[in-house]
Amino acid sequence: MTSIRIDGRDCLTRTGINLLQACLEAGANLPYFCWHPELGSVGACRQCAIKQFSGPDDTKGRIVMACMTPVSENTIISTDDPEARDFRASIIEWMMVNHPHDCPVCEEGGECHLQDMTVMTGHNPRRYRFTKRTHRNQDLGPFVKHEMNRCIACYRCVRFYRDYAGGDDLAAFASHDNVYFGRAADGTLENAFSGNLVEICPTGVFTDKPFSTTYTRKWDMRGAPSICVHCAVGCNTIVNAREETLRRVLNRYNTDINRYVLCDRGRFGHGFVNAPTRIGTPLRTIGGQQVSVPITDALQAFARMAADGPIVGIASARATLETCFSLYALVGPQHFCTGQTRHEQECVELVHALLTRHPGALPTLHEMESADAVLVLGEDACATAPRLGLSLRQSVRQASFHMADGAKVPRWMDAAVRTLGAECPSTLHVLTPAPTNLDSVAAEAFRAAPDDIARLGFAIAHEIDPAAPPVTDLTPDDAARATRIAHTLMAARKPLVVSGMQYGSPALLQAASSIAAALARATPEAGLSLVLPECNSMGLAMMGGLSLETVMEQARAGAISTLVIVENDLTRHLPPADVAELVAAVPDIVMIDHTATPLCQQASLVLPVAAFSECSGTLVSQDSRAQRFFQAVFPTAPIQAGWRWVQALAQHLDPSMLHISGLTGWRDLDDVLAALAVAFPPLAPAVMAAPGADYRMNGQKLRSQTYRASGRTVIRSFVNVHDQPPPGSPDTPFSSSMEGAYGPDMPATLVPGYQAPAWNSVQALNRFQHEIGGDMRDGASGLRLLSRAGNQNADPPPYAYVNDIPAPYAARTDTVLVLPDTRLFGSEELSMFSPPVMARAPAPTLGLPADMVTSGRMVLHLEDGPHVLPVKPVPGLPAGIALCPAHMVARALRFPCMARLDRAPDGGEGS
Amino acid sequence: MRGEYHLACARLHHAIGEARQQGWLGKNILGSGFSFDIHVHSSAGRYICGEETALLTALEGRRATPRSKPPFPQTGGLWGAPSVVNNVETLCNLPHIITNGPEWFADLGLGEDGGTKIYGVSGRVTRPGAWELPIGTPLRQIIEDHAGGMIPGYQLRALLPGGASTAFLDGTALDVAMDYGSVEKAGSRLGTGMAIILDDRTCPIGMIRNLEHFFAQESCGWCTPCRDGLPWVERLLDAIEDGTGQDEDMDQLGRHARMLGAPGRTFCAHAPGAMAPLASGLKLFAADFAAHIQQRRCPQQSGA
Repeated sequence: MTSIRIDGRDCLTRTGINLLQACLEAGANLPYFCWHPELGSVGACRQCAIKQFSGPDDTKGRIVMACMTPVSENTIISTDDPEARDFRASIIEWMMVNHPHDCPVCEEGGECHLQDMTVMTGHNPRRYRFTKRTHRNQDLGPFVKHEMNRCIACYRCVRFYRDYAGGDDLAAFASHDNVYFGRAADGTLENAFSGNLVEICPTGVFTDKPFSTTYTRKWDMRGAPSICVHCAVGCNTIVNAREETLRRVLNRYNTDINRYVLCDRGRFGHGFVNAPTRIGTPLRTIGGQQVSVPITDALQAFARMAADGPIVGIASARATLETCFSLYALVGPQHFCTGQTRHEQECVELVHALLTRHPGALPTLHEMESADAVLVLGEDACATAPRLGLSLRQSVRQASFHMADGAKVPRWMDAAVRTLGAECPSTLHVLTPAPTNLDSVAAEAFRAAPDDIARLGFAIAHEIDPAAPPVTDLTPDDAARATRIAHTLMAARKPLVVSGMQYGSPALLQAASSIAAALARATPEAGLSLVLPECNSMGLAMMGGLSLETVMEQARAGAISTLVIVENDLTRHLPPADVAELVAAVPDIVMIDHTATPLCQQASLVLPVAAFSECSGTLVSQDSRAQRFFQAVFPTAPIQAGWRWVQALAQHLDPSMLHISGLTGWRDLDDVLAALAVAFPPLAPAVMAAPGADYRMNGQKLRSQTYRASGRTVIRSFVNVHDQPPPGSPDTPFSSSMEGAYGPDMPATLVPGYQAPAWNSVQALNRFQHEIGGDMRDGASGLRLLSRAGNQNADPPPYAYVNDIPAPYAARTDTVLVLPDTRLFGSEELSMFSPPVMARAPAPTLGLPADMVTSGRMVLHLEDGPHVLPVKPVPGLPAGIALCPAHMVARALRFPCMARLDRAPDGGEGS
Repeated sequence: MRGEYHLACARLHHAIGEARQQGWLGKNILGSGFSFDIHVHSSAGRYICGEETALLTALEGRRATPRSKPPFPQTGGLWGAPSVVNNVETLCNLPHIITNGPEWFADLGLGEDGGTKIYGVSGRVTRPGAWELPIGTPLRQIIEDHAGGMIPGYQLRALLPGGASTAFLDGTALDVAMDYGSVEKAGSRLGTGMAIILDDRTCPIGMIRNLEHFFAQESCGWCTPCRDGLPWVERLLDAIEDGTGQDEDMDQLGRHARMLGAPGRTFCAHAPGAMAPLASGLKLFAADFAAHIQQRRCPQQSGA
């Protein structure tokens, strides 16, 4: 820390930052555009001009750009200097030369950084009296709208899209005052993080296209802190709602996880909530037809079903801890199924065990960004955990940061650091069967079958620690590769091994764990990160339960009278024959879900459950972080949280049948969590993931609407002019209205949106942070159940290496090894009910090694029957392997299998 | 080499070919074990590609925008590697300095600066052209002896001593020695040493408009003041020259000259350079500006 003088006031400031950060952290309102906390400084916009004085006797000073000037001891600056103020006002006036001033029809209006900064400089009126230039806008696909005339050319979009996220289809074109930011031609922005342009762009050039169809001003929306449900990473989001419909999802800063960036699946996947596939009322199957019935009829029907015999509950890795636990409380451990196949469950539980056992570090996404050597072992993280993939992409910048340190160039001096690091070798090694988006920044992208990758992994572990079992019969090439990678990892201060469940291979997981453990002997910071499939996979793994196979056995034995299935479409886990057998063997199936999945059509009773935006609950991410999401929408009567449905069912049962009889008495989420903590002590800290419903700030609930939300009585004046009591929830400390406390010091887990005096855009976030890009002012978001910041034990106990090294992969001539090709859009369940994401899902293709492509279309004989698929050659794909999109061809295809492959009967050459 | 200079480029390639044939370029030059080669890169044809760091960025195949320093090119230049960026004019001095010694070179100058300089004169002079002369040669000598003086019927009114981005000097400054210190003392810059002459029958505002059109068009578009300020200046000058100027326009021109002219406010020296002829022109030709606005026309254009 050092002291600098800002406008005559001495401020204690961090060293190593720039003067813009220092001013913002000191609470000064200094306008800026091109600087972004995640992108660093480039000095393009010239908006943050201030006066710097060389000493106490310097009265003249000189204009400098705050973002390009490092903090140094005894710096004396003035933001208030008339010359600096005048220059900043001029910058706004220049930007406005070609800006259309179309705020009233602009979707950025009311949350526009350009508006905020304009007001901040006080510039008014504009004096430019000539013609403005106009640009042609582009169709950028289903996610992002384009209105180039609003552009102020801050270059943030291309710096984010190209430099940060690795995209190549958005660029700056032309020059002088005609610079154009767009694609070479109209077309969909392909990068997985394109939606962030909506938040990165300081004005309305890039706006949220799906949001546009149900557009509402920011100040008229209710906000709630939420957690993304579209993968297991656990990114933090803000959900915005109005008139009890979910309107959009925004990024919510979590210093450890997603920080400033969300993937497009997370940002645009929420469309399932308002999709036509949504279930709105209880449905009862009467005479083969599903008809809508009142809640009471539905529950009485359940009571009659329950009287017939034993109930088995099937939970889901996409349901909350509370919902899963309520089901457990209803049926007890003997009848509680995780809703996963045995293999899947074993893999998930193995991940949990390996993470628990890992002697090194379990890095957060943000910590992964500073890993100085990364090995990706058989997981396409860019598809399965996109935000994690983006963090790995950032890790390759470590070498350039070290170069910059050597050249005494601050790390935030973005362009300079990128120049210095231009030729730095990458430290990322990608070993996967198929190409990944990280290949282009990897030192080495090596293709092999999952078993061979696992063997390489074990060999690397043995190179690092001779106590790890050796791998015999490695080819000389592979042995050399193992040695090379082992040495890279050993030379690193913060090595990281990433693997996951994409190929359902315990050997891959074990190999990754062995390498990380071997590294941790000498390098306590050695990290391990394992990707899980769904948003609460880890939470469910920590609860445990029966597998679907066990339930099938019970059903075959006639031991199940009623199946209560919560938020789980079993057709994604079991082949059609098994689903049919289960449906036939069980007299009654009760589905509790929000979306009409294929399985819902087979149920005798369907109960409409609240989606993530309509209730509150807790999820445990793959790195074991328990995080709570909160309700933004108050749905109409029959829709309620999963655990409340289970409770309603319980109330229609004989209390003696309940495993935990307290179930019927739970009043709110806190009661559920308290009972969960008793039943599952390892999950007990999840109670503290966020403050309980009784939390008060300054004696008040927290408001979830903005202070200037339009009058709540006016909104429904066409129905009734009388004031209505606002809806409420016993589960949260939020009021549903604009009444209540709000401010930068509120707990990080409870921030429903960012707004501060003079700051209406998402960039108001800086007011909620203790340090720019650092921790929030009040606490972390979420709580990790397993945590190790590095092995503290100087002499760790020896790691028990497993010796289950698979045999070398051998391509077969009669069958192919079908690997699930997980797609960013298309493989994840819920986002595929969201119209914009559906529009982005590519048509299924069958990927084959080039020499196996004998015709344009081929027939793949999977467990559920033959599938005719267009064929696409995949460079580098090992012989005998076929890539089939996960869940898109055969619904249940999530793990590798062997299958026969034929030429299509028509033999067509074209695809 | 700027993209449009096809003839110069062809000649350079020819010369390099000759040198290579003689064994003066390439691997193991004249059996010395020393290898050296020259590669001529034709740029995208943008003025900014001549800026030291934008030149490097352009060479890397990226948009020609200047870079911030540090790192300086000498430590982190082309693709992050140490790079020396020099004009060919500078490099041409090296063989002579090495052959004849630094003192000989320093003695070539007439004033404080050493060596020679390529001077040029354009405008309504009898023999426009470029000449290598001892640095510090007086301006009058260059114009009268080498450029042959003004074309009969034209009077010298003012001049830009060092090219488009230097401030105007009026006819009283003809005896200034063309070296760095002397020209600066006279209120302008030596710049490229290529003087542009304004005669008495050409409208100074038309000339400044022409210059500002060039600068506005050649702005790389990276920083706001330059990108959006220069076109504004151009349009103001357009309006004044076309007879639609307003009194407030003079305030706007003055404001731009002040805001863009000071160093450190724009990312590189392009906009300050663009403001040098404007700022000096506003003072030197104040009466012409006023006449344009009052008469709502260009007096010289309509008189011609």
